[in-house]
Parts: sequence; C-alpha cells; structure tokens
Amino acid sequence: MESCNCIEPQWPAEELLMKYQYISDFFIALAYFSIPLELIYFVKKSAVFPYRWVLVQFGAFIVLCGATHLINLWTFGMHSRSVAVVMTTAKVLTAAVSCATALMLVHIIPDLLSVKTRELFLKNKAAELDREMGLIRTQEETGRHVRMLTHEIRSTLDRHTILKTTLVELGRTLALEECALWMPTRTGLELQLSYTLRQQNPVGYTVPIQLPVINQVFSSNRAMKISPNSPVARLRPLSGKYMPGEVVAVRVPLLHLSNFQINDWPELSTRRYALMVLMLPSDSARQWHVHELELVEVVADQVAVALSHAAILEESMRARDLLMEQNVALDHARREAETAVRARNDFLAVMNHEMRTPMHAVIALSSLLQETELTPEQRLMVETILRSSNLLATLINDVLDLSRLEDGSLQLDLGSFDLHAVFREVLNLIKPIASVKKLPVTLNLAPDLPEYAIGDEKRLMQTILNVIGNAVKFSKEGSISITAFVAKSESLRDSRAPDFFPVPSDNHFYLRVQVKDAGQGINPPDIPKLFTKFAHTQTLATKNSRGSGLGLAICKRFVNLMEGHIWIESEGLGKGCMAIFIVKLGIPENTSESKNPFLPKANHGQTTFPGLKVLVLDDNGVSRMVTKELLVHLGCDVTTASSRDECLHVVSQDHKVVCMDVGMPDGFEAAVRLHEKFTKRHERPLIVALTGNTDKVTKENCMRVGMDGVILKPVSVDKMRSVLSELLEHRVLFEAM
Amino acid sequence: MEVVQMQRAWVEYTKSLFREFSYSFFGWMKGFLDAQFQQLQLLQDESNPDFVAEVVSLFFEDSERLLSDLTFALEQQSVDFKKVDAHVHQLKGSSSSIGAQRVKNDCIAFRSFCEEQNVEGCQRCLQQVKQDYSLVKSKLEALIRLEQQIVAAGGSIPMEELSF
Repeated sequence: MESCNCIEPQWPAEELLMKYQYISDFFIALAYFSIPLELIYFVKKSAVFPYRWVLVQFGAFIVLCGATHLINLWTFGMHSRSVAVVMTTAKVLTAAVSCATALMLVHIIPDLLSVKTRELFLKNKAAELDREMGLIRTQEETGRHVRMLTHEIRSTLDRHTILKTTLVELGRTLALEECALWMPTRTGLELQLSYTLRQQNPVGYTVPIQLPVINQVFSSNRAMKISPNSPVARLRPLSGKYMPGEVVAVRVPLLHLSNFQINDWPELSTRRYALMVLMLPSDSARQWHVHELELVEVVADQVAVALSHAAILEESMRARDLLMEQNVALDHARREAETAVRARNDFLAVMNHEMRTPMHAVIALSSLLQETELTPEQRLMVETILRSSNLLATLINDVLDLSRLEDGSLQLDLGSFDLHAVFREVLNLIKPIASVKKLPVTLNLAPDLPEYAIGDEKRLMQTILNVIGNAVKFSKEGSISITAFVAKSESLRDSRAPDFFPVPSDNHFYLRVQVKDAGQGINPPDIPKLFTKFAHTQTLATKNSRGSGLGLAICKRFVNLMEGHIWIESEGLGKGCMAIFIVKLGIPENTSESKNPFLPKANHGQTTFPGLKVLVLDDNGVSRMVTKELLVHLGCDVTTASSRDECLHVVSQDHKVVCMDVGMPDGFEAAVRLHEKFTKRHERPLIVALTGNTDKVTKENCMRVGMDGVILKPVSVDKMRSVLSELLEHRVLFEAM
Repeated sequence: MEVVQMQRAWVEYTKSLFREFSYSFFGWMKGFLDAQFQQLQLLQDESNPDFVAEVVSLFFEDSERLLSDLTFALEQQSVDFKKVDAHVHQLKGSSSSIGAQRVKNDCIAFRSFCEEQNVEGCQRCLQQVKQDYSLVKSKLEALIRLEQQIVAAGGSIPMEELSF
C-alpha cells in the first residue's frame, strides 16, 4: 500500500449506501444554496422586512451548512488533507454561525409571532369598522329620507296635503304596501280611517278607540309592531295565500294651539292622537329594521308639528276675517252714529228757533191776558197756563243746554264776578215764592268767603238757583237754610264721593254750598236716580216727583265741568233733605285785574269828561238821540251826523272820539275814510263802534277797518263812562262785548 | 189826586212794567221794557227835563213810519227782502235804544225770516211786531202822561225808588 496524505474514512464504504448518501448530500447542498437565494429574492420583493441582518445571518448559516454538505461529498472517497481542512473550517464556521443564529432566533421568533397577532387584531378591527360604516351609512340614509320627507310635509300648510304627502313619501321611502291614517272623530270615541295610500276613497271605517292595541300604541311615542290581524291593519281583503307583511303603528299627536312645545309633548290624558299604520309588502320577507322604525317616529313628530302649523294658520285666517267683518260693521255703525248726531244737531238747531217762537207767543199773550180784567176763575186759568208754559220754556232751554253739554261742546265762560252778589241775587229771586209759601230762607256766607271769584257766573247761578228752587218747591213747611263756605281739605273728602279727589292749589279754592230744607225728603235708595235724566222717583205723597226732568242732571254736568261734586243727603221720606255741592273757583289776583272793565269798583277813570269833543254817527234817529244824550250827560260836547258823508264833512281834528253805529249800511266804510282823512295817528279821533251784534265776525270786521274799540248796545251811562275813560287812557279798547 | 198817591201809583206802574216773572228760575220771561229804559230815565235831569218824552215821541214817529213801510213792502208781488231787512234793522235799533225789549226780540226773529226769504214768516212777524209795539206804545203813553201829571201837580218823579 502506498502511504498518502489522505485521510481514510472511518468506515469502509459500502457502495449503495454510499451512493445514496452522496446523492442526498448533493441535494441538501443544492437546497441549502437555493433557500437563501429564494429568501433574498422574496425579501427583495417585499417592501418592508425589518430583519435584514437576521436574514444575512440565516443566509450565512444556510450557505455554510450547504457548503458543509457539499464538501462532505468529497469525503466519501479518498480525499486529500486540504479537503479535510476545508471541511473542518467549513464545519467550524457553520457551527459558529448556527449557534449565533440560534441565539438570535430566541429574540426574533416571539416578535415574528406577535406580528401575526397584530395582524389578527387589525383584521378584527377592520371588520368592526366595516359594520359601523354600514350602520352610519344606514343612518345617514335614514336622515336623508327624513329630511326629504319633512321637506315634503312642511312645504305646505294645507292639512290634507300634509297628510297625503306624508303617506305618499313614507310609502315610497320605505317601499310600503299600504299606509293609512286613522283620525279621532269629533266625539273622541272612535278612530276613523281618513287617509290611505293605495285606496283612493277610504270607506269611512271606524274602530272604537278603546281597543287594547290602540291603547298600547298611544301609550308610548315609539313605533310599535302590531299584529296584521288587528282591526286597524285589516284594510284589504286577505287573500289568504300569502303571509301579510309586518305592520307597524305609531301615534301622531294632534296638538291644541296653546300647547306648542317641540321638545316636550306634555303627557295629558286628554291629548288627542291619530294613528298611522304602515304595512310592508305581503309577499316579501322584509322585516322592520330599527332605523326604519326610527324614521317612522321622526316622521310622525314632524307631521304633528306641520299639522299644528296648519291649524294655527287656519285659526289666524279665521280671526283675521272676523276682525275685518267687525271693522266693517264698526265703521258702518260709526258713520251711522255720526249721521245721527248730525241729524240731531240740525234738528235741535231748527227746533231751537221753532220751539221758542210759539212759546214766546204763548207766554207773551198769557201775561198780557193777565194784565187785563179777568174774573177770578179766568185769572186762575191764565196763571196756570202761564206757569205751565214757563215750565215748558224752562224744559226746552234745559234740553238744548243738556244736548250741548253732552256733546262736550259746552265750555265754561270764565270771568271774574262778585260771588256775594250771586247769592244775593238768587235770594232775591227766591224770596217772593218762599214768602208766599211762608218758608223762611236764611243765607249764611262764611266770613272767609272771597268777595270775587273767577268762574262761570251764569252757570254757577243756575246751579245754585236750581238746588234752592228744588228745596223751595218740595217743602210745605219749615225753613230753608243756605250755607256757603270755603271747603278745607277735611271737608273736601267725603265718603259719599269716592271718586272726587280735590287738588288744592294756590290760586283756586273750593266753594261748598249746603242747602237744607225740612220738606218731603227722599228715600235714600232713590237718591242716585235724581241725577239721571228724566228718571222718576216714586214718591207716594205728591204728584210731582223731585228730580224729574233735567234740572239736577244739568246741575251735575255744570258742577262736573267746574271740577266739583254734587250730592244729596236725606234720612228718608218726610225728613227733609240737604243738597250739597262743591265747585272749584279761581281767586282773582287783585280786583283791578279782572277781565270785566265795568266793575263798579273801578279805581281809576274819570266820572265826567268836560269838554271832550265827540262825534256821533248813526242813521237811526232814536238811537242817535239816546247816544247823544248819554254823552251830554257825561259832560261831552257832542256833534251828530246821520250819514257817512255828513260825518266826513263835519269831522275835524278837534274831535277826540267818533262813536259810530256799524249797523248802518256804510258804517265800516266811514271808518276807512276817516283813516284816509287823518293819516297821522295823533290827529285822528279814536273810532268806537257801537253794535248790537255779539258775533266774532263783526268784531273781526271792526278790527280790520281799524276801529279802536267796540261797544255792545244797549249802552248804559256807566258803561259809556268806563269805556271813554279806558279809551282815553289806553287808546284802545276791545273788551266791551 | 194827591201827589204822594200819584207818585206811588207811578212807582207801582213802572215796577209792573219791569217785573220779572219769578216762576221761571232762569229768567226766561222778561217785561216790556228792560234796563235800557231805566238808563234813559237816568239821563233826564234839570238841564234836560223833557228828554224821555222827546225820545219816546221820536221813537213813535220812527216806528210808525217803519211799520207802514214794512206793510207796504210785504204786500208787493215780489218782495224786496233787502229793503225789508233794512227797515227791520232800523226798527230793531230804535227799539233797543229805547229799551222796548219785546219789539226788539220780535225784530230779531223777523230778520232771520228775511234771510230765509220766507214771506209768510215775515208777515207773521210783522203782525207780532205791530202787536207788541202797540202794547208798548200804550204803556209808554200812560207813563208819560202820569209823569206829566206828577210834574204839573208840583212833585218830582221819584227815580230813586226804582230798585230792580
């Protein structure tokens, strides 16, 4: 045997086994070499692989293993030492790398496993999200349907259209077979089929409202599934062949207008509901989904709202029509009333004159008759006629006065007057009758009662006269006492006059007048009627009832105009009575400031005008003579003229005053000519107009032509005196009306 | 007749002419002559003792003339209302100057009929005026006569006793 540097295998090679080992090793090597190639190839393909270093290691490990097996191929036969060395190196390296790899794998494999877990987790999540997406999509779809339905429903304010549209749209959205609306009847005891989707003319089915299924639906605001066999759902004849589809019912609140709250349906048992029934198609296997039920509930709410709006609109239209009718009626009534008032005023204006003229004749002739020789019987008759006609005249006056009072057109003629004189005059008028009836009359004026006051003298006198007259009229015996004083605040407020709130002030005072008599008296319950027009009090004793007629009504109006109060107290029939009134009067600041320049107490003014040259112009002989004599009496030097031309001829600068009657045809023109003749003011005489007219037109005309003053005829001596003194002092006078 | 009695009679008579009928509280009814006549009487004094008589006779003359003019005017076929109105105006002026109240009131009514051009009404008013005028004339004449009798008997007319 030769010795070689070969290494002999340990075992002798058996040929077949050797061959198989040889082939296997070859294939293993091949596989080992191709695996890293594959790995590299696929990893390169994949985008992300975090363990490249591991791959390298693994690749190295596999390559070395492959190399080992490959080199093993040579060790089957005889092989040289270098092959053994290479083999050993390869094995050593392989061992190192594989150990390193094994160690590395301990770290890596759990990571790789967790990747798998994460993958599973993500898959689950994705599935979940998918589900949710599906849900959201459905919801969004439902929402879209609702919006669309609401839009349809709310686009009209007509009740029927609303309901019809609801059914149609619901039917379309949910693909229903039938949709019906049951409304409560007027009695509220039944539900009547009012609207359906498919059937054009619902045949007025009614079902009683107390069915358990209906109660169930009405008790909750959710849409509920009900049995297709319940009476409300049995709308079509069942053919029996197929299963009817599922039915859902929901309540629709019908609100009263006053309880309109969108988020808070008040749960009252008297709430009225309508019932909406929806049926799915019969031969489909469809079921009601939750979102569909929600849709139905929302729609039911919307319908309720829309119906309320429609009801409100109907109501307001109705109210507006009613108001318009009322307006028209009121306008008509107002115009009628105005016409009536105008007619009455015209009537009164005519009757004023028409009534007074015959009255005048009756009274005039009766009094004339009284003056002649009469038998006692005849005298009695004439006196009765006169008394009655005087009463009638008074009544006529009162009626005319009162109608002016009621119009509100009556205003007080305020002026300064002598208050004490008013009472004295009333007393003078009353005394004759009172003395005939043997009723003593006493007057007590309080010492602090002002002498002069500002107010309507004529009407105050009328009031006092009426009150006192009543006292005299209705007393057969006893005395009558009249007291007048200034009312202080305690006596102003009276429990019988709860509406009277006197306001004391500096330049006014309240006059309180009490008239007490011991006559018939009045029944206390009848007292309020006294002040009403034409009311009669039923007294047993006499034919005349106190207070009938207008007297007291007028007094009350006058007293009210004077911001006062009037009332009567009586303890009963036969116990006399006391009439009290309070009126507000002004206090004149000082006596000479009064509007009336003809007070007898005028402090200034001449009593005569010696030598004053005056020209009198009047075409009437009598009044010319009278006026001339008046002026002569006052000491003037008077010239007269009876026409305008004569006046202009005679007038000169010496004449200080010209009195002209403007009733004559060219009176005003005379004044104009005078102005033309005397251009300078100091040369011209003062021109005074004498007129019998009290109207404003005359006064305005006088002022227009340049008169310096106007005097109302007839002129008394005193009046002429004060006029002249005022005129000469101030050179103007326009108050003498 | 004794002077004193005559004076008293005079006062009474004048008072009766001025008497206000006190049935009516509103003084609706007036006497024949109003306060104006009183004024005239006040104007009469020593310097002019016949003033009242003169004025009264002038009034009678004027009024009679006016009344006959008015009668004539209203009898015409076509009545000239302007003229009628002018006459009535004159009459109104005279009667108010003398204080003949009723005549004056009648004239006022007369004038409104003239404005309306109502012939019937005017004629009625004219009758009324004539009536009242004759009344007041007779009373004034009686008064003047009494005054003259008093003066002739040596007394004086007691103006002061007239208080109204």
